[in-house]
Amino acid sequence: MEAKTLFDKIWDSHVVKEVEGGPSVLYIDQHLIHEVTSPVAFLGLEKRGLKVLRPEKTVATPDHNVPTINQHLSIKDELSRNQVEMLKKNCATHGIVYHGLGSEGHGVVHIIGPEMGLTQPGMTIVCGDSHTSTHGAFGAIAFGIGTSEVEMVFASQCIMQPKPKKMLISVNGKLNKGVTAKDIALYVIAQISTSGGTGHFVEFAGSAIESLSMEGRMTLCNMSIECGARGGMIAPDQTTFDYVKGRQFAPKGEAWDKALAYWKTLKSDADAVFDSVYEFDAANIEPMITFGTNPGMGIGISKNVPTSDGLVGNDKLTYEKSLKYMGYNQGDKMVGKQIDYVFVGSCTNGRIEDFRAFANAVKGKHKADNVTAWIVPGSHAVEKQIIAEGLVEILEAAGFELRQPGCSACLAMNDDKIPEGKYSVSTSNRNFEGRQGPGARTLLASPLTAAAAAVTGKITDPREFL
Amino acid sequence: MAYDKFTTLTSPAVPLPIENIDTDQIIPARFLKAVERKGFGDNLFRDWRYDKSNQPIADFPLNQAKYSGKILVAGKNFGSGSSREHAAWAIYDYGFRVVVSSFFADIFQGNALNNGILPVVVSPEFLEKIFAAISADQNAQFEVDLQNQKFTICASGESAGFTINPYKKHCLTNGLDDIDYLVSMKEEIAAFEAK
Ligand code: SF4
Repeated sequence: MEAKTLFDKIWDSHVVKEVEGGPSVLYIDQHLIHEVTSPVAFLGLEKRGLKVLRPEKTVATPDHNVPTINQHLSIKDELSRNQVEMLKKNCATHGIVYHGLGSEGHGVVHIIGPEMGLTQPGMTIVCGDSHTSTHGAFGAIAFGIGTSEVEMVFASQCIMQPKPKKMLISVNGKLNKGVTAKDIALYVIAQISTSGGTGHFVEFAGSAIESLSMEGRMTLCNMSIECGARGGMIAPDQTTFDYVKGRQFAPKGEAWDKALAYWKTLKSDADAVFDSVYEFDAANIEPMITFGTNPGMGIGISKNVPTSDGLVGNDKLTYEKSLKYMGYNQGDKMVGKQIDYVFVGSCTNGRIEDFRAFANAVKGKHKADNVTAWIVPGSHAVEKQIIAEGLVEILEAAGFELRQPGCSACLAMNDDKIPEGKYSVSTSNRNFEGRQGPGARTLLASPLTAAAAAVTGKITDPREFL
Repeated sequence: MAYDKFTTLTSPAVPLPIENIDTDQIIPARFLKAVERKGFGDNLFRDWRYDKSNQPIADFPLNQAKYSGKILVAGKNFGSGSSREHAAWAIYDYGFRVVVSSFFADIFQGNALNNGILPVVVSPEFLEKIFAAISADQNAQFEVDLQNQKFTICASGESAGFTINPYKKHCLTNGLDDIDYLVSMKEEIAAFEAK
């Protein structure tokens, strides 16, 4: 039998048909939807006189556009409110489960899927959001799609996709002190660039990856899209099975045993061939921070802003434009630079482990006066756990207030916008110009690095805090 | 969604020699609140096109009267970041039918094709030639021939082939979309589910 990668195994078992000279028709096991990329797809469906084919394989939550305070009140912004209400109405019309604001199941779409056990090894999962790659942490093929494709899945539970190439990224060795999954992600993207993974689906492997918790694996797979890849995945193992077991939608009893036996077969064959392979040594990774306007512009926090030496033409112009936007100079030291905002949250770092790490690091210290901090749980369940574990008291004693779940300042569609020219140390995934608000300057980092910056008011090496 | 059929196009081009243009620049998140697909072209490249007081920024190419046409030529890795299809809608609504670059992000490329926009990938060297042709003459004409998969700089006659998936080419040429195709597969899908 031909040797297959993990990706091949799942992909091949979901192909309904290969189109002559075209893409594959791929069956989708789980479709997640939110308020921003679904309304036009519902409209299209209605124009064709169609209904959602498999509403039971579709789950909805409003996350991108919701306020993170006073969620019990009606949403003030009229356009945002309209979008959220439209999602609710469309779900009612088509019989789709809707986890509304304030409900038990509410949260960022990529946080609630795994929490509820909807995300399982071996599945195909799509959502009109590029960070759908998060779910790959379970050994699933999960990727972001556009609104036309959302409509395809509504209409047929299938999508037309060319099969991507396969890339293996191994990280071996023991992670250094203060280095988290977020740092691995930023390191890898800095190494292979924001387009290094284009056309590929990535499998992450190696001892450093295996040592990560499910939360950490989700952070890493979440960021795989930032190297241009369609998605990232990690072969499921005992860590995965332990996480999934017992969750609401996880298989139970005999069904569990059967599923588990199958999941255990989900790994790349020893002689499987990848189109490209990268290997990294965990020892070379230090806590990372970005200094520019794409996620590939990251460096070890102890380093200086790189110079444009060696760049020519548009590369050089683009680099200089980016530094100008950030207000940084080539050769600047990152440590010690003043910051204004700290954002902890998003589908990248909005899970319980992230708030534990942040709370632990700020415990007994106090937020710097020049810093405004937004601490936003990724879901209602995360919020509840933060409270149950007593982390709120630690946060409050250190001058931090917990907000309510949503995407918040990750993309600043709601009121959580970083003002123009201000610097934000953010645990989210994108530092594009204006991503966190028009003119906002984003420095991507881990929750630990965010904690260090929040208490000192400056970019600070988190290792000093451990 | 229905869009116009695409066969050949001859037009001047608008240059945007910036690399890694992400979809947050193509259309910022705050303009994604609509529930219908209308008017996104007005906010195409919003924060590069207009300043804080909504005044056009003079040196941005879209604001320069000397540039026009249905072809947008951009630096490498165009369309990275968010999967928002609004980026493709904004480009189409503004009037572009072709985007040329030496490299596109995957999701954007798919979204473009699903909306009647032809993404043309050329070599970095050929991309430089296109930029040079526009610098030499802002009205320089370019021909995009989908049937023969050829992009030509009319003044010099130099041309470059480009690739496109045959199925997608068929869709674009005939103004078809994938949904009709998938809906027609109903029975095969049901059979797959029963397996
Ligand atoms: S948290 Fe950010 S990246 Fe994640 S789904 Fe929300 S907007 Fe997208």
